[in-house]
Amino acid sequence: MSPGATDRLSRLLAMVPYLAQRQGIPLAAAATEFGISEKQLVKDLELLFVCGTPGHMPDDLIEAEWDDGHVYLNNVGAIARPLRLGVDEALALLVGLRALADVPGLHDRDALERARAKLEAAAGERAAVSEQVAVQVTQRPGPLADIRESLARNRRVHLTYFVPARDETTERDVDPVRLLMVDGLWYLEGWCYRAEEVRLFRVDRIEGLTVLDVAAEPRRVPVRDLREGLFRPSPEDTVVTLELDPGARWVVDYYPVEDVQELASGQLLVRLRAADDRWLRTLVLRLGGEARVLDPPALADAVRERAEAALEAYVRA
Amino acid sequence: MALTGTGAGSGGRFDAMSAQKTERLLNLVICLLSTRQFLAKDQIRRSVPQYAECATDEAFDRMFERDKDELRDLGVPLETGANDAWFEDEVGYRVDRAAYTGPEIQFEPDELAVLGLASRVWQQASLAAPASRALLKLKADGIEPDASSIVGIEPRVRTSEPAFEPVYAAVRDRRPITFAYRTSGSGEPRTRHLEPWGIVSRHGRWYVVGHDRDRGATRVFRLSRIAGEVRPIGSPGEVTVPAGLDFRDEVAALVPPQQTRSAVLCARAGSGLALRRRATATREGAGPDGWDEVTVPFADADVLAEEVTGFGPDVRVLDPAEVRDAVVRRLRGVLAVNEAVPAGTVGP
Repeated sequence: MSPGATDRLSRLLAMVPYLAQRQGIPLAAAATEFGISEKQLVKDLELLFVCGTPGHMPDDLIEAEWDDGHVYLNNVGAIARPLRLGVDEALALLVGLRALADVPGLHDRDALERARAKLEAAAGERAAVSEQVAVQVTQRPGPLADIRESLARNRRVHLTYFVPARDETTERDVDPVRLLMVDGLWYLEGWCYRAEEVRLFRVDRIEGLTVLDVAAEPRRVPVRDLREGLFRPSPEDTVVTLELDPGARWVVDYYPVEDVQELASGQLLVRLRAADDRWLRTLVLRLGGEARVLDPPALADAVRERAEAALEAYVRA
Repeated sequence: MALTGTGAGSGGRFDAMSAQKTERLLNLVICLLSTRQFLAKDQIRRSVPQYAECATDEAFDRMFERDKDELRDLGVPLETGANDAWFEDEVGYRVDRAAYTGPEIQFEPDELAVLGLASRVWQQASLAAPASRALLKLKADGIEPDASSIVGIEPRVRTSEPAFEPVYAAVRDRRPITFAYRTSGSGEPRTRHLEPWGIVSRHGRWYVVGHDRDRGATRVFRLSRIAGEVRPIGSPGEVTVPAGLDFRDEVAALVPPQQTRSAVLCARAGSGLALRRRATATREGAGPDGWDEVTVPFADADVLAEEVTGFGPDVRVLDPAEVRDAVVRRLRGVLAVNEAVPAGTVGP
């Protein structure tokens, strides 16, 4: 079996009606819409060109033209309408809609409800299995509606922002670029005038937000590849090696670790990196004896110093 | 059926074979849609030029059987029947156009905009291909989305767990599975047998909920802890999902219970902000040494102790003793495993 062939067929059956309703669409725009390269799109059109109703006389075949960089499609007859939504297709959209519906202040609720009702009608019984898949957004909403407004009106915002890794609250002006939801959490991505670079702000840590009467400067910020998470390693990161007891194995699930080795003792040898030394110090303290710092020695010293000081206060009290 | 198609594979020969197959299947779909009559296999063989490559009847039969399965997998409603019930007609095939397209539903520009947003949820995940294809189909009428109200919004879910695709397929197809699973306590994975009911993403992690055959009870598994392969151990449709069960509740039940107790802490001015954010009371300067007294709700003494220990000498527990003792125990633990190494004993 070659999944490539059926996948491509599926794309062609969706592509034909789309293009037939948009005669003269530029090749580049169509390729973007289908998520393929222009070269692949031309290959697809070449294939369509030789397909058609039985008989395969020239009149029976699909007509495709793209010589001037614009796509024209005719004689599409039997496949002028798209194949009904498949189970995976209906499910992907319905699960996505339900996840969005759980977020207050994000969008036009009315449009979302109408879209959902129509989609369920279109998918019929094939919509049922979508009830078995859910993406939960559990975070408290925060100023999502204000952020959405600032994006739509292209306004600068002022943030009061909580930074738990440093145990502090900061004030900053930000030109919003986009609002991202990743791993069930919302982030405002924008140009931060305090850091002088693009930063991500967790929306539930924004303690105050004012939409300023200042236009945000246009910024070209490439969309992040989120497949590996939001964390982006930097050469300035501290790289640490920890030995974790079984009770601290969860660290591997929660934080981006670079390397994990199972030790014969049942412990894990883990290498991870972090931009903030204070965060690392806090992590090791939290693990309360279930993590040994093997490297760097400075981190072990800092952890020990803080543990000693804390303990002394209890003894004194 | 693959979820993440990358189109035709690489390699010239494979490309050519794959293209020929796509062409054959497309002609077959068009052929079956273009007929009102049921077409006998022979008629189909003559109508689809690519079947000419079959040297023997057996080769054609095999190829046609496979092609039918693939079209059905794709969701093409292939009908079989005879044109005349009164005669012993050979079985024939056709695709009903109305069944092929499903009900005709027009979407408005603002509806297409939120559907686009819903589709982009999967943009960097397993269901990316079906999600974007679904949107293309909905836009087939030529209507363009009006996304002016949702500019700059990019919701994303990730499916980085290798077990996502097989577990998702098992949930979709209602098929029991087996896999090796490691618990947080021990490193040794154990074999489990599960009738999967649903999968849920919570805080960015995927969980599967179902009937655990080994325990004879409802269980929740984290996909990232599934080690190695997920194998089906039954037929599609074999799993019965209990009616009225909300999988999200099952997963939510994993998170800590209600915070019904409260602890009194003292925090250095400007420290312990995460604790202050959920404090039920804060009295500035009322604690020992002029520190702030902060009252926080909690459910589990160890969980709170863990958090407080992280603040080191900046936050101290005053009450209850259970939490205070847990913090002291943890601090001693930290010192025990991270003891100072006398200078000169560490090698290069």
